[in-house]
Amino acid sequence: MNEQLKQLLINRLTALADDELILAHRDSEWTGYGPILEEDIALSNISQDELGHATVIYGLVEALTGTTPDRMAFFRDADAFLNAQLVELPRGDWAFTMLRQYLFDTYEHVLLTAVSTSLYQPLADAVAKFRGEEMYHLRHTHVWVERLGIGTIESNGRMQDALDTLWPYTAQLFNPMPGEEQLIEAGYFPNVSLLKEKWEQIVLPHLETSELSIPNTAPVLAPRSQHTPHLEDLLADMQKVARWDPQAEW
Amino acid sequence: MTEKTEITKETVLTALETVMDPEIPVISLLEMGIIRDVEMGNGRVEVTLTPTFSGCPALVEMETLIHEAIIALDDVEVIVHKQFNPPWTSDWISDEGRQKLKHFGLQPPNRHGGNLVMTFFDVVTCPRCESKNTTLKNSFGSTLCRAIWYCNSCQEPFEQFKPL
Repeated sequence: MNEQLKQLLINRLTALADDELILAHRDSEWTGYGPILEEDIALSNISQDELGHATVIYGLVEALTGTTPDRMAFFRDADAFLNAQLVELPRGDWAFTMLRQYLFDTYEHVLLTAVSTSLYQPLADAVAKFRGEEMYHLRHTHVWVERLGIGTIESNGRMQDALDTLWPYTAQLFNPMPGEEQLIEAGYFPNVSLLKEKWEQIVLPHLETSELSIPNTAPVLAPRSQHTPHLEDLLADMQKVARWDPQAEW
Repeated sequence: MTEKTEITKETVLTALETVMDPEIPVISLLEMGIIRDVEMGNGRVEVTLTPTFSGCPALVEMETLIHEAIIALDDVEVIVHKQFNPPWTSDWISDEGRQKLKHFGLQPPNRHGGNLVMTFFDVVTCPRCESKNTTLKNSFGSTLCRAIWYCNSCQEPFEQFKPL
């Protein structure tokens, strides 16, 4: 693998892991605060799964760069993260959290299916592992979207508000990263822009069934290196303890 | 110090039979199908491990336990490889392992031959009273590998080892 291709691969793997880590952190903010005990447990489990996926993918980055998963998570500043803005937005209310998780789970479902045939074997091996776990997430959030969408006037209103906020950010997930044509050509990573249609085939009918309408808003197409101020706030909280004593052994 | 006999693949496997799953201490990592392979050679024992759930926090503990069980036999180098593909499936839990899970109060998962989604329609039996009149309360439980059910016959909640 030439240096340029390797760097592109490192960037894409970092983006994959950063999405999982930041979403896991946002979900984990509900631990101890869930609306009912069982949902608190369920979301904490989902968060733990996503964190596990992040750790595995950071492990693939480590094999290429020598940087450990802990260094990646706790010692980079916001401008070095490559997560989509969708996952860094504050957790909002329960409707917002469930809808974001659903939109992301369906994206992951489509993405992981495509990535499972990657010619970069360590990546194909890793995602083969994730797919079964993701089925449980999807089943859970799929039901929540419908339950809240067709529930009461208030729950529908909160879901519609959440969708109005979240929808434009979903565009960024299907926006290829700079130079990604080379990864696509090498068969290492799928063309994410081609996955959008598959994703919409799953998401659009379900949102309609859930009595929600797609807002007519301009998509967010910022590069993954650009962030909202919310990421900095999240990192300040998440990285605080590790940065107090960088040499500490855990 | 206990007396050490010559280390062979058989003695390693016998030692590994005593290495229990840290989260379900009645079933061994061999019965769980987590240990996939043991290779011997040049003063080295290499063990291939397949994690159950990617975020399983018991993974590090498993590696430590495997290491300890083998070095207790002889002064050898132990290398634990993590393998993700083929991904671990609950189908690999042995028949004996399933009985132990059930006895522990954890209903073992039905085998699905790779068709995980079909298990979402499974009727899950209560491990205590064998009733099939049960309801899923939460597909997420106290650990990543457990779901919470309720038995409508004996009116007790129970845990199921999740199919994966």
